[in-house]
Amino acid sequence: MRVTPFAGDFPGVDAGAKRMSERRFISRNPIPESPIPESPNPRTPIISMRSIIIKNGRVIDPSQEMDRVTNLLIADGRIAAYDAVPGGGETVIDASGKIVAPGLIDMHVHLREPGFEEDETIETGTAAALAGGFASIACIPNTDPPIDTQGVVEFIHDRAERADNCNVLVTACVSKNREGKELAEIGQLVEAGAVAFSDDGSPVHDAELMRRALEYCSMFDKPVLSHAEIRELSQHGVMHEGLTSMLLGLSGIPAAAEDVMVSRDIALAEATGGRLHVMHVSTVNSVEALRRAKARGVRVTAEAAPHHFSLCDESLRTFDANFKMNPPLRGREHVEAVIAGLSDGTIDAIASDHAPHSKEKKMQDIDRVPFGVVGLETSLGLVVTKLIEPGHLDWPAAIGKMSLAPARILGLDKGTLQIGAEADVTIIDPNARWTVDPAKFRSKSANTPFAGWELTGRAEVVIVGGRVKFQR
Amino acid sequence: MSTATVDLGPVPSSWKRRHLLGLEELSAEEITLILDKAEVFRQAMDSGERRIPLLTGRTCVNLFFEDSTRTRNSFSLAARRLGAEALDFSTSTSSLSKGETVIDTAKNIEAMGVDAVVVRHRTPGTPLLLANNLRCSVINAGDGPHEHPTQGLLDILTIRRRKGRIKGLTVALVGDIAHSRTARSNIWGLKKLGAKIIVCGPSTLVSPRWAELGIEYSYSLDDILPRVDVLNLLRIQFERQYTRPFPSVREYAHLYAMDRARLAKAKSDVLILAPGPINRGVEVAAEVADGPQSAILDQVTNGVAVRMAVLWLILGQR
Repeated sequence: MRVTPFAGDFPGVDAGAKRMSERRFISRNPIPESPIPESPNPRTPIISMRSIIIKNGRVIDPSQEMDRVTNLLIADGRIAAYDAVPGGGETVIDASGKIVAPGLIDMHVHLREPGFEEDETIETGTAAALAGGFASIACIPNTDPPIDTQGVVEFIHDRAERADNCNVLVTACVSKNREGKELAEIGQLVEAGAVAFSDDGSPVHDAELMRRALEYCSMFDKPVLSHAEIRELSQHGVMHEGLTSMLLGLSGIPAAAEDVMVSRDIALAEATGGRLHVMHVSTVNSVEALRRAKARGVRVTAEAAPHHFSLCDESLRTFDANFKMNPPLRGREHVEAVIAGLSDGTIDAIASDHAPHSKEKKMQDIDRVPFGVVGLETSLGLVVTKLIEPGHLDWPAAIGKMSLAPARILGLDKGTLQIGAEADVTIIDPNARWTVDPAKFRSKSANTPFAGWELTGRAEVVIVGGRVKFQR
Repeated sequence: MSTATVDLGPVPSSWKRRHLLGLEELSAEEITLILDKAEVFRQAMDSGERRIPLLTGRTCVNLFFEDSTRTRNSFSLAARRLGAEALDFSTSTSSLSKGETVIDTAKNIEAMGVDAVVVRHRTPGTPLLLANNLRCSVINAGDGPHEHPTQGLLDILTIRRRKGRIKGLTVALVGDIAHSRTARSNIWGLKKLGAKIIVCGPSTLVSPRWAELGIEYSYSLDDILPRVDVLNLLRIQFERQYTRPFPSVREYAHLYAMDRARLAKAKSDVLILAPGPINRGVEVAAEVADGPQSAILDQVTNGVAVRMAVLWLILGQR
């Protein structure tokens, strides 16, 4: 059974989603129709292989514009029925007072393996993803070796399969060795299962190469994910350039470093018809450039990270390295612009940019500390606390940005609870009040700027392919 | 040599700080207290007292990750004159080059039993990082372009001694404002004590954002000269500039060097400071640096007095 093609409403992914429906999504591990196989890893208990009824939950599924209390039946690893009546024999999950959402997707996660296992491994990163409510994550290729060959893609799929936590999708390099010189073997990487292409923290500096990447990826209908940054403007910077950086004497990363690159990449996407996705949008002008590009039909999408709508550059007054990330925490006007972009749909998706770093790396003086903060386990709570509770987003919009939107951007048959879809489900307690305690993270690293924060809302249950993989 | 006749009594109860990290966090009262005590030490020095053993048995370590001669020796001398032991630890002899973190280095030194670490580091915030991780006191001797509180204090003491007040004076900081920790410490201290501040230099080194703090900014030294009471000529921090912020040293000197011609446009009693090391001919011409308006050497003397006051307030008997 196939999932009904999505009626895309984002100009950037509309055509792509339709084309995807005609083509089999390339996955190394397509879940067979039935029977569901035993877990390949005997150490991981399968909590339930039987049918599951999620009772009395408020099901929010933006793909069907559904928002109602119902009983949801999962059978054979797929969404089987609504308004189901328990017949005995099923596992019953009481979701009274809870929200039942499509399995959440975080499309920007640094799993660090291979190469930086002191920071995170595929096993710990996927465990952190489950604890944060994510049924699927897309990992970023700045590993060592970088993900620029089929072999590394297969290694990641293999490790993810052994970890047997959440789904792991692979973003591969745009250029060989992320050097920005020549294209990686994108066609073969697509065959190995790569869903998108990015050189991430080493932005494609050469405009000609970026143009070719957009053109070439469009042949496979894959997006190019842009970490938009002009290095000449940012390379010595530690934090956002503004009043705070001036007072602290820290080198600044001007907003223009992002603005210029976003504008260049939009122009190239417009010229080539390629699919551009702008990662971690953080400035007033890049939000505005995206808004205008979308209005004239450029195939561009964008994501924002929770720290960019929750914190501003004044946090650096503590000189705490856990507030150092790239793009940096910006001034208040930029934070407001990101929130406005999320509210009006200019920014399609929310992605954590989970960037674990071991304690010893973060203990250095702030100039030397690497950029990045963990985010998988705080993302949902920040969305609820900083976007839903203040009224910037309603629940369906927020869930859409954390499931359906990233699925469409990456061309996945996910992010939906339509009958027949793979049963990736996240059950959220929207009222849970909890305190962020880095000591309790599943992630191998604890470099969060949110330690001690009181948040509302968290995942209670995560079901991946019909199996309960996480239960609080 | 005279014996100790300076009796300061116990450290005033109004002084609560264990660290001196910057002037931004100090109140006007705290700054005035330091200046008043420094004045006592300065007068004692002027009357020939070289030993004022108020910190006998205490140990201060100069932990300098960046080159310094003046500040390091000034701290050492201040500590020794108070009867404390002073030890130098410089990066050339350290394990930092072997990849040790600054926290580990500092903890190792603390473990040898020290009461205060005087730290200089190229990165802003490093003194705070150490204060958060050590049990001993931390005194900031310059953290990148952030703060250099004892330099700010000694500049302000010099102004107060020469002009008799701070409140109501117009003080211009001229030069590399962007990269100068001396500028920031001067700005916080002078602002709290009621001076009017002008920052002046090329537009690549002087941000209009200073206006957000109520500070005037100017790109023309010639324009502001007639109305300033004090000129503090900051060194161009070539070592902190990644791209050259002006076309040439020649052009900079042409626009901003304080020479005899410019001096003629200033008030006759203008006071000229330079936090050294000075680049003669760049920020200031020799005839001005050595002239009667210059307080450059007086600043150095006041530096020892200020550092004695700071060490005593932080480590003295309570």
